[in-house]
Amino acid sequence: MSDVYVLGVDMIKFGRFPDRTVPDLGAEAALLALDDAGLTIDKMEAFYCGNLGQANAMVGQRILQEIGQTGIPVVNCSNACATGATAFREAWTSIKAGLYDVVLAVGVEQMGTGLLGGSGGGAGIPKEGLLGSGTMPAVFAEAGMEHSRQYGTTFEQFAKISVKNHHHSTMNPKARYQIETPLDEVMNAEMISYPNTKLMCSVNVDGAAAAVLVSEKKAKELGMGRSVRVKASILTSDPYQERDLVMPDVNSCTRKAAKEAYEMAGLGAEDIDLVELHDCFATAEMLHYENLGLCEDGEAGRLIDEGEVELGGRVPVNVSGGLLSKGHPLGATGIANIYEVCTHLRGEAGERQVEGAKIGLTHVIGLGSACGIHILEKA
Amino acid sequence: MSLPVVDYLKLPEGEDPYLEGHKCTKCNSIFLGERNVCSNCFSRESMEPIKLNNKGKLYSYSIVFRSFPGIDVPYISAIVDLEGGGTVKGNLINCDPDPDKIKFDMPVEVVFDDALGRKDSEGNSYISYFFKPIS
Ligand SMILES: [Zn+2]
Repeated sequence: MSDVYVLGVDMIKFGRFPDRTVPDLGAEAALLALDDAGLTIDKMEAFYCGNLGQANAMVGQRILQEIGQTGIPVVNCSNACATGATAFREAWTSIKAGLYDVVLAVGVEQMGTGLLGGSGGGAGIPKEGLLGSGTMPAVFAEAGMEHSRQYGTTFEQFAKISVKNHHHSTMNPKARYQIETPLDEVMNAEMISYPNTKLMCSVNVDGAAAAVLVSEKKAKELGMGRSVRVKASILTSDPYQERDLVMPDVNSCTRKAAKEAYEMAGLGAEDIDLVELHDCFATAEMLHYENLGLCEDGEAGRLIDEGEVELGGRVPVNVSGGLLSKGHPLGATGIANIYEVCTHLRGEAGERQVEGAKIGLTHVIGLGSACGIHILEKA
Repeated sequence: MSLPVVDYLKLPEGEDPYLEGHKCTKCNSIFLGERNVCSNCFSRESMEPIKLNNKGKLYSYSIVFRSFPGIDVPYISAIVDLEGGGTVKGNLINCDPDPDKIKFDMPVEVVFDDALGRKDSEGNSYISYFFKPIS
């Protein structure tokens, strides 16, 4: 089986676009990625489209109606916040299988406002605030407090993650926000669900990202110049855990995916130069330092305290600004983080460039749960 | 007559309310709600209903300050491991919503009471469960 390469990849600047449509945002990202690859839509042999909000509304076909209806197979997919990574992986799988040489993947989302989640819908009475909380800030706060319980992780340590990611975003013109948020500002922001304040919750934004994936044969034919090799593509669901039914598990599916991804790539965590991981909440990022093997269990608090995960540190995490400041358009996130890592591997990240980056890792979690990990290498 | 807030809360006539688990007799996994197949060991026809214990320990929590419109805040969303197995989630009551007052592993009991006055569209009232610290 041949390796698969990312030939073109791009994202739109994340923001709020109430006057635009989902296909319109997806089409813009698709055209950007095609331009980046130096190809046109008629060269695409298949199209994998990720979107959640309009999962039953043929978003992929509507994108092609805006940029070129060539009759290729379109697969629309939805996998919670792992949707974009799933679309990318399906594209990767199709090339691995030898079906195609040139494939398009798009992730796109237009978000509402307010809290996501909620507990116990269905018959009877609302369960929110009666049987605890099913809001996303609370669910991820509970997951973070499990880490506090085990290792004494503090509110301040969680807050430092948000300070770091907001700082990184000041160097990313495609992030929703470019605003420094000092520690006292993060800790004194409105408390949403302890220990997550408002500035420790991901930003609801609209966004789209796209990638053109090609076979090794095609990459050689078109020139490897800026292409990026996909060293590993892994998708997992959540293995059984005893507290599953009341505490959605983001840890075991990530650990399983990380182990499989390092095996597939023939690499270890120590080989990774930068990471874009799923910081839907500051509490979540803390867990994934350990889940991805960036440090030993119990060392995550030290990692953030000592600056190892900042730009310039041992293994910079979320130099894009992450979901906390770049923004989190659910279905687009998994391809946007691939764009970020590719941009560093190509040496095109400007002010926030991770110097000498050769290998990077992307990670997303869809609650319920799905975990997607990709390891990318400069070709 | 009040209805149970979830199907794993049982209100047997003339007896105390209790929470019901479904236990796999092959691997001892405990689930909330009925099921036919164990998602841990995959065995079929091995599930049997059990009465869950009313005593447990606080495993994790969050203090919720912002919720959906109309929901009173703050409240403590708590995850409790019950003695003898089973994990349930609910509101921790009779406890200040202050991280300094909430201790991991603090002993709690499951108590049953009206569901904060909430009624369904037909006007039925409900019985819910809550966690209360044991001093
Ligand atoms: Zn079993």
